[in-house]
Amino acid sequence: MIEVKNLKKLFKDGETVTEVLKGINFVAKGGEFIAIMGRSGAGKSTFLYQMSLLDEPTEGDIYIDNKNMNSLSISEKTYFRLSKLGYVFQDYALLPEMNAIENVALPLLMQNISEKQAYKKAGEALSKIGLDKKLFNLPSQLSGGEQQRVSIARAIAHEPQILFADEPTANLDNESSRIIMNIFKELHKGGQTIIMVTHEEEYSKFAERIVHLDDGKIVQERIQRQ
Amino acid sequence: MFSLLNIRIGFFLAKRQIRRSSIWTTILIIFVMFFTFINLVVVSGILVGLIQGAIVAVRSHYTSDVIISTLNNKTYIESSPEIMSIVNSLPQVEAVSARYLEGGTLEANYKTRTNDKEKPNTAVASVTGIDPVAEDEVTNLSKFIVEGEYLSPTDYDQVMLGAYLDSEYLPIDSPGFTTLYNVAPGVKIRINVHGIEREVTIKGIIKAKVDEVSLRVFMVDSQLRSIIGRNDYNVDEISIKLKPGTDPEVVRDILKQNGIDRVAKVQTYADAQPKFIKDMIDTFALLGNMLSSIGLVVASITIFIVIFINAITRRKFIGILKGIGINERAIEISYILQSFFYAFCGSVIGILVLYGVLQPFIAAHPIDFPFSDGILVAPVGGTLFRVGLLMFTTIVAGFIPARLIVRKNTLDSILGRN
Repeated sequence: MIEVKNLKKLFKDGETVTEVLKGINFVAKGGEFIAIMGRSGAGKSTFLYQMSLLDEPTEGDIYIDNKNMNSLSISEKTYFRLSKLGYVFQDYALLPEMNAIENVALPLLMQNISEKQAYKKAGEALSKIGLDKKLFNLPSQLSGGEQQRVSIARAIAHEPQILFADEPTANLDNESSRIIMNIFKELHKGGQTIIMVTHEEEYSKFAERIVHLDDGKIVQERIQRQ
Repeated sequence: MFSLLNIRIGFFLAKRQIRRSSIWTTILIIFVMFFTFINLVVVSGILVGLIQGAIVAVRSHYTSDVIISTLNNKTYIESSPEIMSIVNSLPQVEAVSARYLEGGTLEANYKTRTNDKEKPNTAVASVTGIDPVAEDEVTNLSKFIVEGEYLSPTDYDQVMLGAYLDSEYLPIDSPGFTTLYNVAPGVKIRINVHGIEREVTIKGIIKAKVDEVSLRVFMVDSQLRSIIGRNDYNVDEISIKLKPGTDPEVVRDILKQNGIDRVAKVQTYADAQPKFIKDMIDTFALLGNMLSSIGLVVASITIFIVIFINAITRRKFIGILKGIGINERAIEISYILQSFFYAFCGSVIGILVLYGVLQPFIAAHPIDFPFSDGILVAPVGGTLFRVGLLMFTTIVAGFIPARLIVRKNTLDSILGRN
């Protein structure tokens, strides 16, 4: 489903060039739950951003469903993200002026779904993660854990092929983190492909495959028994 | 760019941003837009109104709607009685005032002058004979009495003195223009018309911002007729006031069809305006537009700054919107719609204040300029054009900063990287 070939990413700051990703090769199959781990600065978030088309790699190719993402224009990538990918960010990334259901409905509306349908699907997604009583709360009226759940609902409402999560539990307490990871577990059981960056060993156990990055390279991959 | 879907999403985003933004910020921006609109319309409106006020005053207090006057090569209007009967027979006519005009000299200090070497205090004036009742019906002349009283039809050897002939009101003393000193109601002056001298008493001082009123001296028509020996009742000016709603051009044309233009000039109040007045209106309108355009630039900069600050502080969220797949154009449209909203609200409030408060108030209480009672000229067509201009400028000023922020790298925006 997703194949990464010789992925490199350089950052330039004046004369200084930092090579964050040093030729990564990687494959993820449909329905997999993969945790990307590594110490701080290993390049795991950068790797996720390249795969999820939020950033442009310096070199290398990313194929999703055998289609080279390098061939897409910026607007095509935007549409691809809208229709095929879902994102859960570390800091939830909800729009503060929109309530929970509006946050979730927005990407659906952008897919030209009618307002009625979009709100129906958004409501269902929020109910699925236990927020059916907080549909009309603004992000500021929700706890961190609830905000992250809204973020997950937004990411899955349009049934994406791949769900990317960047340190989804980093800002949460243990209880909220467990709730979030259980949601991921349930989504995975339902066949959702998930690629998650985490530095917490405890939560990487929810994934079926763990990819270890160090110094911009994959240094270890292991399959976990669930 | 402006696909229906992008507009729909842009509207969705803009609506929520406006609804949940600080009410005070929104009020402040709308306030700026309101004042910009007022500046756009009122500055040029007042400048044009300054001249328009003079034109209105000349119409109301001198020419009225239609004026018949002496041909350039004649000394009076021939067959005036026949013309008066034609005019009076027209159903559109509400009131008519016929005037006799003669050049004359006024002398004030003839009683106090002790020797021949002392300079006589004289002023040259147009001596105007009127029927005080008819004149008042046409021009409301009695309203402009600032001292003393208005003439009555039986007043003999009494005059109303135009204020610009009185040094107290117009303290100018130049070789080409002199005024009378120490004159007031009750004071006697000497009038010399065609060499015939009369001592008359000033009954009132009359002051209007129309030179044809304030530079004249008025007496009852029968007396002036007897002074100049005009027994044929031929007059020099006939001002015609029409019933409300009557087009002066229609009446002018009827009078011309009756052959009156063969013996007199027949003009509407507009025809009688000197060309320099029309040029002044154009000049002031241009000046007003120049001043207004500065206001427009200020408004554009304000909106630019507001939208730029709004967009830059929301850069992360713009990045998130792009990240989750919201089209860049939809995000830009949301900012365009916000700018449109501010300009629209400012303009609507501006229109309400303009036509509901300012224009009626200034019409009722004209601005007291030295040479006219300034009104606010704001024709609907011109106002709507300015609304359009404000909208367009605001939209452009809103679009540019939004575009600058939206085009930044998505991930840099999300992570707050430069």
